[in-house]
Amino acid sequence: MPTFLPRTMKSLLLIACVMLISACQQASVTFHGKNITGIMPDLAFSLTGEDGQPVTAKAMTGKTVLLFFGYTHCPDYCPTTLMALSQALKALPEKTRRQVQVLFVSVDPKRDTPALLKQYTAYFSDQVMGLTGSHEQLDAITKRYRTAYGYGEPDADGNYSVSHGLAIYGFDSQGRVHLMMRNDERVARMAEDIATLSRL
Amino acid sequence: MWQSVQGALTPYIFSPLTVLSCLFFVALYGLGAWRLWQAGRGPSPWRIASFLLGVLLCYAVMHTQFDYYARFMFFMHRLQHLVLHHLGAFLIALANPIPVFMAAFGRWRLPGLAMAWRPLRRILFDPVVATVLFVGLIFFWLWPAVHFDAMLSLPRYELMNASMLVDGVIFWLVILDPRDPQKAGTSGFGVRFMMLLGALFPQILLGAYITFSPPGLYDVYSVCGRAWPIDPATDQVLGGVFTWIPPAMMTVLGALVVLRLYLHYDNQRG
Repeated sequence: MPTFLPRTMKSLLLIACVMLISACQQASVTFHGKNITGIMPDLAFSLTGEDGQPVTAKAMTGKTVLLFFGYTHCPDYCPTTLMALSQALKALPEKTRRQVQVLFVSVDPKRDTPALLKQYTAYFSDQVMGLTGSHEQLDAITKRYRTAYGYGEPDADGNYSVSHGLAIYGFDSQGRVHLMMRNDERVARMAEDIATLSRL
Repeated sequence: MWQSVQGALTPYIFSPLTVLSCLFFVALYGLGAWRLWQAGRGPSPWRIASFLLGVLLCYAVMHTQFDYYARFMFFMHRLQHLVLHHLGAFLIALANPIPVFMAAFGRWRLPGLAMAWRPLRRILFDPVVATVLFVGLIFFWLWPAVHFDAMLSLPRYELMNASMLVDGVIFWLVILDPRDPQKAGTSGFGVRFMMLLGALFPQILLGAYITFSPPGLYDVYSVCGRAWPIDPATDQVLGGVFTWIPPAMMTVLGALVVLRLYLHYDNQRG
């Protein structure tokens, strides 16, 4: 088969090129966290705010948004992440800080009433807003940001744990998605990424 | 009871592409089989069963609650790809569906489609290309950075699953083609054995690498949250084992079919 090798080689080269191109899509902005521009969808949600009123993504126009999922009875990840975020915010200049809105979405609406969320988020920073909603609304936003949540078995006192994602999603002032931060990212690096995000 | 069955069968994220392509190919196969029966050359019942079971399995892992677990648990994701790339694709190819699909068109010839298909078939069904693609796609989608993005982006996730299924079917079509290679000009049985060997060892290496790597190789599952609380190390070890052992077993099954075909034609020739 004289034509066998060149044809095979050509096909393989073509396939390798396609794979390389798709793997090497260069991101324009650099973050310490992961640049997810174009990978995840832009900001959209319909939830209930701390005053019990509906809040949608429209209300966030002009703000740099950081989105995080959790619940107020969370013993570990939620308080530590919110603490790290509020420290990172403190490290930013006043003007930049005021532009940032942290959205803490509780996936435990049974226990987390708007009033409780208000009390909880105030403990961390003025820039943190608690949100929750019906399971339908929560399913919509968790599916959108490809994160899971679930409930553990309640103990004798009725306390139960809630599993949730650990990512912090960052959106620019137009609600376009750019950044995914790990909850255990160092505070200084978080602050740098938030500052970069606020300039977009 | 009915409610829980209904819940289990409801897709996590509705995908028109999955539903339409499954319906299209089942309908095409049904029409082709019916036409062949009319002509007295219908496919045997076990081939029909193999085709339908293959499609059903692939549909089940892509478009039921299984898909939810596959998105949020690494080892479930590996099971999903085991079905798409190996088991489901194997069963579909074992049914020898191409002649049935062709028969569906009846006397209605599509010269344009045939012209476009022929060179594509020559490239994709080339033994070296088919083997490199088969192994290459497994490695590509399991490359940690690529895997991370595929699990975050809905279009990439669908592309990943569709490419695994299509590529799996092509590979197994080459391996399991029941025609006599000497008459049909298909890949010889020796070449097919080499293809299986070529696909086997990289998969074993990759599976072992994942199994014995320190946990955290695929941290997208930690970042996005797992479907239920499981030790990340256990998740990775199970995923590694499912990349390693069942695919190797499918290769052996493939080799048995090739051996059977070889003996069949060898006996015929005496």
